[in-house]
Amino acid sequence: MSNATLSAKRSSLRGATLPKWFPWAVAAGSLALGYGISAAAGLDSDIQWALIAAVLFVVGSYAVSAKIEGSRQAKDRTATSLVWVAFLLAVTPLASLLWETVERGVKVLDVFFLTHSMGVVADAEPGGGIYHAMLGTLEQVGLAALISVPVGVLTAIYLVEYGRGRLAKAVTFFVDVMTGIPSIVAGLFILSLWVLILKMGPSGFAGSLALSILMIPVVVRSTEEMLKLVPNELREASLALGVPKWRTILKVVLPTSIGGIITGVMLAIARITGETAPVLLLVWGTDFINANPFQDPQESLPMYIYLQFGAGSDASHDRAWAAALTLIAFIMILNLVARGIARWKAPKTGR
Amino acid sequence: MAKRIDVSGLNAYYGSFLAIEDISMTVEPRSVTAFIGPSGCGKSTFLRTLNRMHEVTPGGRVDGKVMLDDENLYGAGIDPVAVRREVGMVFQRPNPFPTMSVYDNVAAGLRLNGKYKKSQLDDIVEKSLKGANLWNEVKDRLNKPGSGLSGGQQQRLCIARAIAVEPNVLLMDEPCSALDPISTLAIEDLIGELKEQFTIVIVTHNMQQAARVSDRTAFFNLAAVGQPGKLIEIDDTERIFSNPSVQATEDYISGRFG
Ligand SMILES: Nc1ncnc2c1ncn2[C@@H]1O[C@H](COP(=O)(O)OP(=O)(O)OP(=O)(O)O)[C@@H](O)[C@H]1O
Ligand SMILES: [Mg+2]
Repeated sequence: MSNATLSAKRSSLRGATLPKWFPWAVAAGSLALGYGISAAAGLDSDIQWALIAAVLFVVGSYAVSAKIEGSRQAKDRTATSLVWVAFLLAVTPLASLLWETVERGVKVLDVFFLTHSMGVVADAEPGGGIYHAMLGTLEQVGLAALISVPVGVLTAIYLVEYGRGRLAKAVTFFVDVMTGIPSIVAGLFILSLWVLILKMGPSGFAGSLALSILMIPVVVRSTEEMLKLVPNELREASLALGVPKWRTILKVVLPTSIGGIITGVMLAIARITGETAPVLLLVWGTDFINANPFQDPQESLPMYIYLQFGAGSDASHDRAWAAALTLIAFIMILNLVARGIARWKAPKTGR
Repeated sequence: MAKRIDVSGLNAYYGSFLAIEDISMTVEPRSVTAFIGPSGCGKSTFLRTLNRMHEVTPGGRVDGKVMLDDENLYGAGIDPVAVRREVGMVFQRPNPFPTMSVYDNVAAGLRLNGKYKKSQLDDIVEKSLKGANLWNEVKDRLNKPGSGLSGGQQQRLCIARAIAVEPNVLLMDEPCSALDPISTLAIEDLIGELKEQFTIVIVTHNMQQAARVSDRTAFFNLAAVGQPGKLIEIDDTERIFSNPSVQATEDYISGRFG
C-alpha cells in the first residue's frame, strides 16, 4: 500500500519535462527561421532579423512548453527567455563596442605611441602619440580625486553619523541637485569663477575643479549608502566600551565599510575620466607635454580623441581609436583594482 | 571596584513618548540583579539609561538621578564616554567587530582608548578571555576573525571585550536569548564568577535563569500598550519567587498573566 501511495505521489509531483537541450534547440531554430524570413522579405539590417529571431524564440518556447509542460512551466520559461533576450540586447552593443575599439585601436597602439606626444607631428601625418594626454588625464583626475574624496567622504560621514534636522536636509538636497549638473555647466561655472572672476589662465587644475563638482556628489552618495549598511549594533558596541564617537567612526565604522567606499570612489573616478566638456573649456588642450597642471593648457585623453577624430585623416582616426582603447583599458584597470580592494578589505567571516 | 547604583525618580523618553516612568531602585555592589517583565515594559530602555546609552538613540532623553556611588551620572559636566568606561554593557545579539580578530576584539576597548604596550595587552586579553571562559577554545586562533566563532562563543567574546576595560558595573541585556542551553550554562556560571568583582545587572525573559543567577530581582510592568513601563517591585530573588508582595508579580511569575 505504501508503495502505491509513493508512486502515486511521485507522478503527481513530477510532470512532463522538456529535455535540457530544448531552449538551445528553440534558439537555433528561431535564429535560422529569423534569418530565412528576413532573407525572403529582403530585409538587410542585422537588427531586423535578430529581433525577429528573438520574438520567435520567446513565443516558440512558450508555445511548445505550454503544450507539453503546462502553463506554469511555460510562464517560467518565458520569464527565463525574456531575461536572456534582455541580457543579449544589453551585451551586444557593449561587446561590439569593445570589439570595434580593440580592432581599430591596436593598429597604432605600441610603446612608441604611449611614450610620445604630438609635438612635432602634423595631424594628417602618421606617428605621434598620447603621452601628453595620458599625463594630463592622470594629473587632472588625480587632483580632482584629491579634492573630492575628502570632501565627499566627510560630507557622507556628517550626513549619516551626525546630520539631524535642517542642515542635513539641505545638504542632502544640494547633493541631489549636484548629481544632476551636466558636465558642461560645471565647466562653465568654473570658467566664470576661475577664469573670468579670478583672472586665472587655463590649466589642468581648473579642469580638476570642474571635475570635482561632478565627482563629489557621486562620492557622497556611494559613501552614504556604504555607511548606512554598517549595523548600528557595531556603533553601540563601540560606544558602550567607552570609545568616543569620532573614534568609533574612525576605527569601527570606516574600517567596516572601507571596501565599499573605495569601490564607490573608483567608480566615481572612472566616471570623470571620460569627461570632455569641462576639459575643453578649462584646459584647452595642447600637442606638447605639459607636466605642470597648475599652469598653461594640458591635454587629456577624451579631448585627444575628440580632436584627433575631428582632424579627419586616416592617421588621426587610427590615433583616436588607439587613445579610446587606452582610455577604456585605464577605466577597466581602475574597476578591477576597486574590486580587488573591496574583496581584500571586506569584513572577514571565515574561520 | 564594584560600585553601588542608586536610581531615583527616573523617566526616559523616546521623543515625546514616555517609555519608563518614575523608577527608583538600588543595585547593590558585588551582586547580581535581574530585571524581569513582559515585552515592551522598558527593561532595555532602563538598562540603557544606566550607562547613558539611551541618549544615543535619536530622540532619547532622560530625567531623574542615577548615582554611581556618590556621583550623579546625569549631573552637570559628566562625560558620557567616561560613564560608559565605568559601566560596561553586553547586548542581546552578539556583536563582535567584523573587521577585527578575536584578539583585536578583546583589545578593542583598550586600544581605541589609548596606548598600551603589546605585552600589557597580551596579559589583559588572556585574562579577559579566561574570565569569559573562552580562553581554551580560542587560544589557538586569536588572530582569526571574531565573527568566525559560534554564536555562544561570540557572546562570550563580547563579554570578554566588555570586562577587558575593567568596568565597575556590567549590564547584560538578555545575553543568553540567542544561545543554546550549554552556552547559556557557561554564561550563567560566568556571571556567578564575575559578581565577585563587578556589579551585575541582567535582563532576562527566563524565570529559571533569574532564579538561578540573581540575588535580587526587579519586576517591571506596564498598564497598557502605549503607557509608560513602571517598576512594580524589587526584592531578594528568593522572596520574589516564593512570596512576592504584589499580586501582579506572582501572576507574571506563575504564568497567569494578561
Ligand atoms: N528606538 C525606539 N524608538 C521609539 N520607541 C522605542 C524605541 N525603543 C523602544 N521603544 C519603545 O519603548 C518601550 C520600551 O521598550 P524596551 O525595548 O525597553 O522594552 P523591553 O522591556 O526591553 O522589551 P523586550 O523584553 O521585548 O526586550 C516600548 O514601548 C517600545 O516600543
Ligand atoms: Mg529588551
